[in-house]
Amino acid sequence: MGQIVLDQVTKSFGDMTVIPPLDLTIEDGEFTVFVGPSGCGKSTLLRLIAGLEDVTSGSILIDGKESADIPPAKRGLAMVFQSYALYPHMTVRKNIAFPLRMANMSREEQDRRVQKAAEVLNLTDYLDRRPGQLSGGQRQRVAIGRAIVREPAAFLFDEPLSNLDAALRVGMRLEISELHNRLETTMIYVTHDQVEAMTMADRIVVLRAGHIEQVGTPLELYRNPRNLFVAGFIGSPKMNLLEGAMARKHNAHTIGIRPEHITVSTEEGEWSGVVGVSEHLGSDTFFHVHDTGLADSVTVRADGELDIRHGDRIYMTPRHERMHKFDEKGHRIA
Amino acid sequence: MSTKASRSAARLMLAPAVILLLAWMLVPLTMTLVFSFQRNLPLRGGFLEWVGFENYVRFVSSSAFWPAVQTTVVVVGGVLLITVVLGILLALLLDQQMWGQGVVRIMVIAPFFVMPTVTGLVWKNMFMDPNNGLLAYLWRFFGGDPVVWLSDVPVFSLILIVSWQWLPFATLILLTAMQSLDSDQLEAAEMDGAGTLSRFWHIILPHLSRAITIVILIQTIFLLAIFAKIFVTTQGSFGTRTLTYLIYQRVLESQNVGLGSAGGIYAVILANIFALFLMRIVGKNLDR
Amino acid sequence: MARTVTAQRKAINTGVAWVIGLLIFFPILWTLLTSFKTEAQAIADPPVWFFFDWTLENYRVVQERSNYTRFLWNSIYIAGGSTILGMLVAIPAAWSMAFVPSNQTRNILLWMLSTKMLPAVGVLYPIYLIFIQLGLLDSRFGLTIVIMLINLPIMVWMLYTYFKEIPTEILEAARMDGAGLREEILFVLTPMAIPGIASTILLNVILAWNEAFWTLNLTAARAAPLTAFIASYSSPEGLFYAKLSAASTMAIAPILILGWFSQKQLVRGLTFGAVK
Repeated sequence: MGQIVLDQVTKSFGDMTVIPPLDLTIEDGEFTVFVGPSGCGKSTLLRLIAGLEDVTSGSILIDGKESADIPPAKRGLAMVFQSYALYPHMTVRKNIAFPLRMANMSREEQDRRVQKAAEVLNLTDYLDRRPGQLSGGQRQRVAIGRAIVREPAAFLFDEPLSNLDAALRVGMRLEISELHNRLETTMIYVTHDQVEAMTMADRIVVLRAGHIEQVGTPLELYRNPRNLFVAGFIGSPKMNLLEGAMARKHNAHTIGIRPEHITVSTEEGEWSGVVGVSEHLGSDTFFHVHDTGLADSVTVRADGELDIRHGDRIYMTPRHERMHKFDEKGHRIA
Repeated sequence: MSTKASRSAARLMLAPAVILLLAWMLVPLTMTLVFSFQRNLPLRGGFLEWVGFENYVRFVSSSAFWPAVQTTVVVVGGVLLITVVLGILLALLLDQQMWGQGVVRIMVIAPFFVMPTVTGLVWKNMFMDPNNGLLAYLWRFFGGDPVVWLSDVPVFSLILIVSWQWLPFATLILLTAMQSLDSDQLEAAEMDGAGTLSRFWHIILPHLSRAITIVILIQTIFLLAIFAKIFVTTQGSFGTRTLTYLIYQRVLESQNVGLGSAGGIYAVILANIFALFLMRIVGKNLDR
Repeated sequence: MARTVTAQRKAINTGVAWVIGLLIFFPILWTLLTSFKTEAQAIADPPVWFFFDWTLENYRVVQERSNYTRFLWNSIYIAGGSTILGMLVAIPAAWSMAFVPSNQTRNILLWMLSTKMLPAVGVLYPIYLIFIQLGLLDSRFGLTIVIMLINLPIMVWMLYTYFKEIPTEILEAARMDGAGLREEILFVLTPMAIPGIASTILLNVILAWNEAFWTLNLTAARAAPLTAFIASYSSPEGLFYAKLSAASTMAIAPILILGWFSQKQLVRGLTFGAVK
C-alpha cells in the first residue's frame, strides 16, 4: 500500500513561503510526476513527503497515517537522489544491502534480496566494486537497487536522470517505467523536463511557485491545458501563443496552437511567412517562421522530407478544433 | 536536511563547544578588565583600591612602553617582510620541476615543526654564541670579528630566528595557493606574448594576493604573541622587549596586576583589529 | 598541465632548490649531528662535520640526569589528552554546523575564530588565579584543558571544512535507508570523514606538543612537558651543546615526523579553510 495524501500542506523558510497551502492525493500504485521550472518547489514537496524537511503546517498522510512525527527512516519510503548519494566507502553489494542491514534483516535474506535486485538491474558483475569505479548509468542503477530491495511503500525520485547524458537518459527512462510496471508500487518522480513527465507519468502535477497549476494524465494536459503556463510548459516544441488581432478574432486574449496542429503548404493557407531556422529531425522538420504578422516567430511541424529552405515563403493553416483560447488572466476559455 | 528533530540534535551537539569557548573567553577577559581598573599588587595583599583609568594612562606613559611598541612593530614588520618576500620566491622555486622535489619541500617546511623553545636555544647557543657559535666560526674564517648577536644586534637576531620558524608557513601556504592557479591562464598569457616577469606581475601575483593577505594577517596575530623565543634567548633585555613580553613582565615578574591587565586589554584590542580583517576574508570564503 | 622542461632547466632548478633547502634545514641537521658528538667536538674549532666519534652518550646522560621520560610522558599526556578531549567536543559541533546550518552558523564560526585570536598574555593572570583557586597549577590536567581550549577553534574549523565536503544528500540517503542519527554518524559519516578527522588530530597534536606560552607559565616541576624541559637548558650551568642537541632532537623528532605527514592539512587548519 502506498497512498499519499497532502492536506493543506505549507512550507516556509523563514519569511519566505515556498509552498502555499496545497492539497494533493497520490493513489496507491500510481506513477506521479512533479514537473515545473527550477525553484517551483517540486523538490521541496518531495522532501516534505520524505520527511527530510518538516511541514510548516498541514499534514501528510501516508496510508492514512499522519506522518509528522515519523522520522524519514520509519516512513517506509525509498528515495533516489539526483547525485545518486551512494556511500563511497562501501561496495555496490554493501550499498544495496544498507537499508536491509538497518532493518536488522538476516544475512541470508539480505544476500538473497541483493542478488535479486542485482539481476533485475544488470549489476551482478559489479557487486564488489565501489561506486567510484562505476559509470554514471551504473551508479544510477545502484541507487535504484538500494531503493527497491527494501520493498518500500513508495519510491521518491529527485531528478534522478539529470546527471546522465542524453542517450543514457532515454534508456533509464524506459528502465524506470518498466520497473514501475513490474512492481506496481507508488512512485513520485520530480523533474524539470516535461519530456520525462510526458513519457513516464500516469499523472502529472504541474507546479509553479509552490502552486499546483494542473493535475492530470499526460494527454489531458496536452489536450486541455488549464492555463497559459501549462500550455507553454507541456509539449515540445512549445505551443505557439498568439495575441492581438488574431486572438480577438477568436474572442480571446491569447490563442494557442501547437506546431503539430498547423498544416504547412508551399502554395496556399490561412497564414503565411518566411522560413528562418529549420530543425531537421528526419521524421519531422520544425520551421521557425517569421514575418507572419502574428508573432515574432511561429513554429510549425512539417513532414521531414519537405523541401523548404531558409528564406522561402510558406503557407500555414491551423486546425481550428485544436486551437486553445485563454482570457486576460491566462485562464482557459472553454 | 533540517527537521525539528535534527535541528534540536544539532543544537545539543554544538552546545559544549560554544559554552566552553564562551567561558574561556568571557571569564578571564572580564577578570582582566576588572583588574585593569584596580591597584592590585599580589605581594602587598592583592586588591588595594579602584583607580579608574590610571593603569591605562600609566601603561602608555611608562618609559618602557614606546620602546616596546617600536620593538614590536620592527619585529613583526621585519618578519613579515622577510617571510612574505622569501616565501613567494621559495614557492615559485618549489613549484618548478626538479629532482627530489618532495625532499626539498620537507627540508623547507621542517623548521615550522620545531618547538619554539628549541628554536630559541639552538640559535642562541649553537649559532649566535660569540665564542662557540657556528656563525662566530664563519666570521673568524673570513677574518672578521665575531658578532655578539644577541646583544649587538638583538632585534635583528630575533627577527632572524622568528623568520626561520615562520618562513615555512608562508612558503607552504603560498605554494598551495600557487598550485591552485589554472595553468591555462598562464599559457593563455604566454600566447598573448607575456614574458616571464609580466606573467609573474599580472597573473601569479594577483592570484596570490588573497593568500598573501591571509599569511600577513595570521602571522601578525601569532607574531604579536611571540613569547617563548624571547623567554629563552634574551628575556626581553637589549631592546627585545615586545609588548607581549612587557605585559608578561608587569604581571608575573613585577607582580603589578593592575598595570599588566591594562596592557593586556591593549593587546586584546590590538589583536582584534587584525582579527577583524582576517574574519572578513575568511567570512567571505565561507559564502562561496 | 605541467609541461616538460628541458633537462638543463630542471638541473638548475634542482641545484638551486637543494642549496636553499639544505640552508633552511641546516640548523636542524646541525643539531642532529651535534647530538652524536662529544662536548669537546661540539665546540671544536674548526667545526667537525661528519668525521667524529659518533656516540650515544649524550642521549644516555640527558635521560638519566633530567628524568627525560617524565617530561616526555607529560608531553604525550597533554598533547594526547587535549586532542582527545578536543575531538570529543569538536566533532559534534562541526557536524552540527556543517549538516544542520542555521542562519547563526556563520557568526558562530567567525566568533570561534576570534577566540583563537585572543592574546594569551591578556588573560594570563586570571587563568593563573583560577588555576591556583582550583589547585590546577602545575597539573597536567589543567594544562590539558587550557591547551584543548586554545586549539578548539582550529579543530572545529578544520573538521567543519572537511565535513562540508561530504554531500548532505548521502546523509539524507542514509536516513531514508532507515538509519537513525547514531547509525548515520557511525556507519556513514565517520568512515567518510576519517581522512579529515585524522588530519585534524595530527595538526592538533603538533600544535599542542609545541605550545610554549602556557606550558612555561603554568607548570613547574611536576607537569612540565618537553617545551619547558628544553627551556631549562637556557640557564648557563646547563649549557652543554651536545646534550642540548640530544635533548632537542628527542623533543622535536616525533613532531617533525608527524609534521611531514600533515603538510597539506596544516595549510587548511591554520588558515581556517581559507586556503586549501
